[in-house]
Amino acid sequence: MTMNSIIRMEGIRKIYDTGKVKVEALKGIDLNIAAGELVAIVGPSGSGKSTLMNLLGCLDTPSDGIYELGGENVGGVSRDTLAEIRNRRVGFVFQNFNLLPHISALENVELPMLFGGVSPKERHARATELLTRVGLGDRVDHKPTELSGGQMQRVAIARALAMNPNIVLADEPTGNLDTSSGTDIMSIFTDLWKSGRTLIIITHDPALARRASRIVEIRDGRITSDHRNEQAA
Amino acid sequence: MKKDFHIILSLFASAGQLQKKRAFLTIASIAWGTVAILLLLAFGEGLKRQLDKNRRAMGENISVLWPGETSKAWKGMPPGRPIRPRIDDVDFVRERMPELKSVIGEVVSWRTAIAYERKTINGRVNGVNIAYGDARKHFPVGGGRWLSPEDEKQRRRVAFLGDEMAGDLFGKGVNPVGKTILINNAPYVVIGVMQHKTQMGAYQGPDAQHACVPISTFKAQFGRERLNNMLIETHRPEEMDAALKKFNSIMGPKFGYDPEDDRAFGTWNTVKSSKVTMMIAIGIQMFLGIVGALTLLIGGVGVANIMFAVIKERTREIGVKMALGAKSRWIIWPFVLEAMLYTFIGGTLGIMIATLIAAAATYLPVENNEVMSFLGRPTLSPQIGIATSMILGTIGLLAGYFPARRAARIDPASTLRYE
Repeated sequence: MTMNSIIRMEGIRKIYDTGKVKVEALKGIDLNIAAGELVAIVGPSGSGKSTLMNLLGCLDTPSDGIYELGGENVGGVSRDTLAEIRNRRVGFVFQNFNLLPHISALENVELPMLFGGVSPKERHARATELLTRVGLGDRVDHKPTELSGGQMQRVAIARALAMNPNIVLADEPTGNLDTSSGTDIMSIFTDLWKSGRTLIIITHDPALARRASRIVEIRDGRITSDHRNEQAA
Repeated sequence: MKKDFHIILSLFASAGQLQKKRAFLTIASIAWGTVAILLLLAFGEGLKRQLDKNRRAMGENISVLWPGETSKAWKGMPPGRPIRPRIDDVDFVRERMPELKSVIGEVVSWRTAIAYERKTINGRVNGVNIAYGDARKHFPVGGGRWLSPEDEKQRRRVAFLGDEMAGDLFGKGVNPVGKTILINNAPYVVIGVMQHKTQMGAYQGPDAQHACVPISTFKAQFGRERLNNMLIETHRPEEMDAALKKFNSIMGPKFGYDPEDDRAFGTWNTVKSSKVTMMIAIGIQMFLGIVGALTLLIGGVGVANIMFAVIKERTREIGVKMALGAKSRWIIWPFVLEAMLYTFIGGTLGIMIATLIAAAATYLPVENNEVMSFLGRPTLSPQIGIATSMILGTIGLLAGYFPARRAARIDPASTLRYE
């Protein structure tokens, strides 16, 4: 299990200090995720799911414990270094897509590569290729407002893959989509998994979770169940 | 570094469309502030130049010395003795201080009857040495001349009139040059009339209201030997202090007063007072500049305000960029550039408007208007342009930087998840 580990979390705690009250959102998480897994993290709201997602995605740092992402220790680094780690190692897919509205689909996909220092020519070529792969080869110049929800989420997936990250982190990726678009998106994720990518999907949708190879359940800041799912995909 | 630059420019170029109405108002307020500071500084500059010009109208690098009474006991003599220099003391000083540009004696007859044809006025007549004309800026109107050495040598009865006195005596439309007037019933030929000048300093009254005759002629007619004033003129301003010291060290032994006694001769040192005038002018200009800068600052607050609003609107966009790996400086600088763009456009507009206004001001009548002849014309100088540009740049930078720094502190995690 430890070999080929992309994510290694040991004794992770996260405490939010609001001044008067201290809230312990995560109370000691140990989690190892190997390359090539499709992990679903499930749990009711307030369970610490979102906090875990923020930590996994390097959007926040733990109060205590060790977090290694792709062999790199993420604890105690500066904001800018954290930004660099996110850029290289994490691809995000959000429930509400979070595309920049005033630039084209192509430019949205190029954005992480701009931050990653990829040359303009290479950016353009790779963004076009990724958009074609998610079935939007004919929509590269459309702005997000001219696309449907399912199409926007496909742009977001292309963007998440732009820097060829260690993990793709999806937060309720089908939450804002109708059933058929949701199924499409889920199929893209399954294809990505089959081609060897590591994906982590945070969801409370049981149908979605059933398609994962591994289901991690969180309750009250602790992992209450972690099991393989034999009927995956 | 080059990579940073590329990223910042790319982000700046792809920023959301400008808030047109707000941007317009902000640019207008910067333009207004720029016009205010430029015009106030230009006004101060014009005032400074005019003060300087008017100050020079009495003479540069001169000191006026008038005989007083001793205030210190010296060599057994009590204080309070009057000092009485005579016309030949001018030569005495001149011989001993060859480094001076000129030494001049001045003898005055107050309220003297001066008549032309049937008109008589009471005026001041000064008997002066020839160098007085240059030292005290008595320049003749075309067609006339100032006193000549021959006039003094031969004690000619010639008079040079101040322009106001000439006007009073002759009225309009008469050229006084060559006419004969009577001074205390003695005939004098008018040889010249002084060009009009705005005079800031005077010690017996304005030059425009007196008549000047050769000191030798004066002595012959009025029979007076005692000097009312002595003038010394140096070549350069910095020589004045030493010259005054030497003057007293020469006159002290001769008239029996302590050379340290500054009451034996009352002194008006124009070099010293011109420094004071300049300091006042600079002080006024600084004050005006500060008022202008404050006006401009309000424009800067407007820019900062619009930047805060823009950043608030784009909070999620900033959060997304951060999640995708944008570093703080790539967030901050596009906003600073945006603020500087507003400031630059506003500043350029303001400079253009102010330049037009200053150009229009050159048509203001300065010479024949009493108020304007003291205020001068608003004048834009390169220094004013540089100072204003620097203030504008600083304001633009600060007005962008502080809001943008807040943007860079946005927590991406909290902006991304929900609508």
